[in-house]
Order: sequence, then C-alpha cells, then structure tokens
Amino acid sequence: MHSLLFYLFSFLAVAGGILLVAFRNPVSSALSMVLSFVGLAGLFIGLNAYFVGIVQILVYAGAIMVLFVFIIMLLDLNNEEKVRFRSSTVVLGIIIPLCLALQILGVIQSQDTKEFQPITEETLATAAESFPEDGAIHKSLAHEKTPKLPDTNLIGQQIFTHYNFPLQVIGALLLVATIGVVVLSKRTAKTRPTDS
Amino acid sequence: MASLNEFLFVSGLLFAIGLAGVIIRRNIIVIFMSLELMLAAASLTLVAFSRYHVTDNGLPDYNGQVFVFFIITVAAAEVAVGLAIIVALYRARQTINVEDLNSMRG
Repeated sequence: MHSLLFYLFSFLAVAGGILLVAFRNPVSSALSMVLSFVGLAGLFIGLNAYFVGIVQILVYAGAIMVLFVFIIMLLDLNNEEKVRFRSSTVVLGIIIPLCLALQILGVIQSQDTKEFQPITEETLATAAESFPEDGAIHKSLAHEKTPKLPDTNLIGQQIFTHYNFPLQVIGALLLVATIGVVVLSKRTAKTRPTDS
Repeated sequence: MASLNEFLFVSGLLFAIGLAGVIIRRNIIVIFMSLELMLAAASLTLVAFSRYHVTDNGLPDYNGQVFVFFIITVAAAEVAVGLAIIVALYRARQTINVEDLNSMRG
C-alpha cells in the first residue's frame, strides 16, 4: 500500500472518530461515523482485503448509518443535548483513552517491525499451484493476461470448508435478532409498566 | 510503505477515541456509535494481521478476514437489537440521556 494513501485514509478514519465524539448534534455524529468507516474501508482495500472493504462500506456506511439516522429522526433528537459535559468526566474521558493509546504505542514500539510484502504476479503464480487446476481460484490466479487476487473466492472457500458450523450459527443469530427486534418494537403501551 | 505497527497504532488510536466517546458522551445513541467505532477498530487489527501473516502458498492468511466477516454480521444484528431497545426505552422514559436513567442505581 502506498504510504501517502495510508496516511490519507488513516487521517480520515481518526478525524471521523474525533468528530463523532466532538459533535453535539447526533446527526453530525452519525455522518462523521460514516467518514470514519469510509477511511477504514480504504485501509482495508489497501491491505488487499477488497471483499471486507466493500462489505464495510455496504453494511456500515449503508445499512447501519441509515438505521442510526432513522432512529435519530424518529425520536426527534436534533436539538437535544444542550447540557454541558461535566468537567470531571471530560478529564477522565481524555486521561483513560490516552493511557490506553500510550500503552498500545509502548507495546508496538517494543516489537520489531514487519514490512509490507506487495503481492506480485510471481507470488500469484506460485500460489496458483496449491489450488486445483479446474477451480475458479486457480483460473483467476494463473490468468495469462491479468492475474489477480480472487479474495472473495478465497474467503468463500475458507468459510464453506473450515467455518461451516459458525456460518450456520451466525444465520441463526440473524434470525433471532430479527425476531427480537420485532418483539421489542411490537410491545404496546398497555403491557409496559408505568413508572414515574 | 506502511508497516504492520503503523496499522496497529491507527487501530489502537481509533479504539481509544471510541472509548473516550463512551466515557464522555451522555447521549445513548452516540455512545452506541462509539461502540461501533471500537468494533471497527478491532476488525482493522484483524485485517492487518491477516495481510502481514503470509501463509505457505504466499497469499494472506484468510482466517482473519473470515473473522472480520463474522464480526460485521454480529455488529449488524447488534445494532438492530440495540436501536430497538433504545426506541423502547425512549417510549418508556422520554429520554436518552444516560444520567436520567438511574433507576438501577443502588
């Protein structure tokens, strides 16, 4: 990954995160969350994880952000949060994450750096030998004119061979979440306990 | 060329920002967004490790990316359920400020 793009996208991600925390208006926070996730997706694509980058944009910047904005609009919270932050929580909220970041920096400093090895046509050609000749992965890796990394196929192969059971568990989880959301939002005013 | 450590540092920085958001903010929706940011920072770590750990055939280790795929799925389910809970909470209490939600305080 080119250094300039790395710094650009990591700046986008970090700036989006800081704006997410700093904005008073929840809608602005949601939009800066999207900025942060677009930066992250750029980093993923720079790491040759094209599928994960696209899924990050589709799911986070598409579905999840729309859900957040929809709920903010539904509850009409646009002019919420006139209250000042307590100075004690602000100080704590800066000191604790700063300690965490410094600790992470300390651990990283003590490790030896691992340099980026770009994926060249030779690595693709040698990698093609470990896959069956008639498969789509081999065809894409050992293409005569434009060999490229078929990372969607490789992730799919990994999921459906080694992670078959987790995949089905995740399907059940999605079903349970859908049912749970319907149950939570169908509850009427009568069944709710009245509180002060 | 960016090394593995730089990716890990960006990820740690994003995680710290998310933690700061959880501690400082009082609006429960913004707290929830900060949690999402922390999850995404963790998946950046996984993708970086996946890319820098080259397996025997010279390709990245795709186990990490499969893990990220599962994390994104769980995050989507979590957001749906969490926002439904927030809507139910708002209907019950007319507030989403966490300082007003203190009925479980001992």
